[in-house]
Amino acid sequence: MTDQMPQTPPVEDWTSDYDIFDPDYLTDPTLIWDDLRNECPVAHTERWGGSWLPTKYDDVVRMARMVDVLSSTDPIVVRPPENNAGDPNAPESGYTQAVNAPPISSDAPVHTWSRRLILPAFSPRSTANHEPYTRALCHQLIDELQASGDTTVDAATNYAQQIPPRVIARLLGIDEGMSEQFTDWVRGVLELGLTNPPLRQKCRDELREFFMAEIKDRIANPGEDLISELLAAKVDGEPVDLLHVAGTCNLMLVAGIDTTWSSIGSALWHLATHPEDRERLIADPELIPTAVEELLRAYSPVTMARVATDDVDFNGCPIKAGDKILMNFPGANRDPEMFDNPDEVIIDRQQNRHVAFGVGIHRCAGSNLARMEMQVAIEVWLERFPKFTLDDADAVTWAGGQVRGPRFLPIAVDAEAQVPGATSVTT
Amino acid sequence: MRIVVDSEKCEGHNRCYSLAPELVDVDDYGYASAIGDGNVPPELLEKAQLAVDNCPEYAITLVNDDGTPAES
Ligand code: HEM
Ligand code: SF4
Repeated sequence: MTDQMPQTPPVEDWTSDYDIFDPDYLTDPTLIWDDLRNECPVAHTERWGGSWLPTKYDDVVRMARMVDVLSSTDPIVVRPPENNAGDPNAPESGYTQAVNAPPISSDAPVHTWSRRLILPAFSPRSTANHEPYTRALCHQLIDELQASGDTTVDAATNYAQQIPPRVIARLLGIDEGMSEQFTDWVRGVLELGLTNPPLRQKCRDELREFFMAEIKDRIANPGEDLISELLAAKVDGEPVDLLHVAGTCNLMLVAGIDTTWSSIGSALWHLATHPEDRERLIADPELIPTAVEELLRAYSPVTMARVATDDVDFNGCPIKAGDKILMNFPGANRDPEMFDNPDEVIIDRQQNRHVAFGVGIHRCAGSNLARMEMQVAIEVWLERFPKFTLDDADAVTWAGGQVRGPRFLPIAVDAEAQVPGATSVTT
Repeated sequence: MRIVVDSEKCEGHNRCYSLAPELVDVDDYGYASAIGDGNVPPELLEKAQLAVDNCPEYAITLVNDDGTPAES
């Protein structure tokens, strides 16, 4: 798969014609958000099927709570291709946008029970069970990087991207060896597929078939994994529909992969370009948990969408029934009215009510797992590669749209300073 | 000084639990509650304030022993 984004006409006026796939927006959206906050805090565009873009913290949070009129049934940031004017790849028929991935794509009452079904698997205590595996995995990945002898490594592809697919595969009880395939599917659904509908459709079909096969297997041979747990669960005394289980599994794979590796990648990009923060974290690893929250704030990867079920006037913006609204959690986290010096990464920031994981009833169910993965990934990297810098700042590529993060991240590691792994790494 | 979690507002972000596990606990669904009667000993005041300042749902507050909101 290539990282090629389609060419779109340049943006003249961000307030009325913004483009979340514009190269400027992908590389660094912060200046664009700053202008919008001053000029037009809820911007509008007709591109990619049309949407509204709030940029202030208070507005994003308020919208996230307007669950009675802003529905989650269509949480993808672009429209179905039928309405996707200018899409050269739109098939004539047969493509449907509708996502069945509860709880993220559902409203109450389905949202309420489908969320409760998965929350225990992601509680802080359950998450802690996966820590030793994650740590060993990170060490093993670095063993491989060090063994290669390369002094420049792609930290996005060969480190960040390798961690979440395996952790989530283990949690779901599916084959960790298929992680390359999972990665391709997820990028096809959430990243490259957003601007390439046939690819998106293909990956979604394959994912559903894959999970239906896993489900059949687990019905025959139940295990201790999350799929088996979901199959054993009862809601109002009834087992859960198999398509619902497949949709939820699909969501956990998709939501757990692109997001987390993007945030690990952004964190390493930051530490490669800010030696003072890197040195501080090495000197005082106790700062890592607050640093992780601050990096999540500053480089929030995820933008979700809502669809209006009725006409609403939002601060004078005439949102019409059927309109899409982009839940700009990343922009909210850079609002100077909420955060002092929002564009500065302060790794021991005291007040940090960031909404990188969303806010309200759809708050990321996997946030404890994501946090654990980030903390461990950063700890192990700093332990094994205490000195590193960006090899070529201009070569870094960023993906964006639904999930923003580096996809090519050439990091020059100081071979003299690197720390070899312990000989007995166990999994 | 006592720490109070408003269970109506809590959405289970678990920021409080990761910052001040001495003061709050979370259930299997991630929802938080104060440990015991929520009493905050002086040496944990800073951690308690950190939990307050990091809850995205504004679900945590500090109150004086007489129940009035504490100044932060
Ligand atoms: C740094 C990594 C991650 C970030 C930034 C992130 C972000 C988000 C955000 C912003 C939402 C809210 C969606 C909305 O308001 O519509 C969300 C929901 C969700 N996330 Fe994550 N996520 C991450 C990792 C994970 C992981 C590892 C999992 C585990 C499988 C996961 C599972 C979910 C689920 C199941 C939901 C739906 C919750 C609901 O609708 O009630 N996420 N995530
Ligand atoms: S940080 Fe706030 S929302 Fe999260 S568990 Fe604690 S009280 Fe609940």
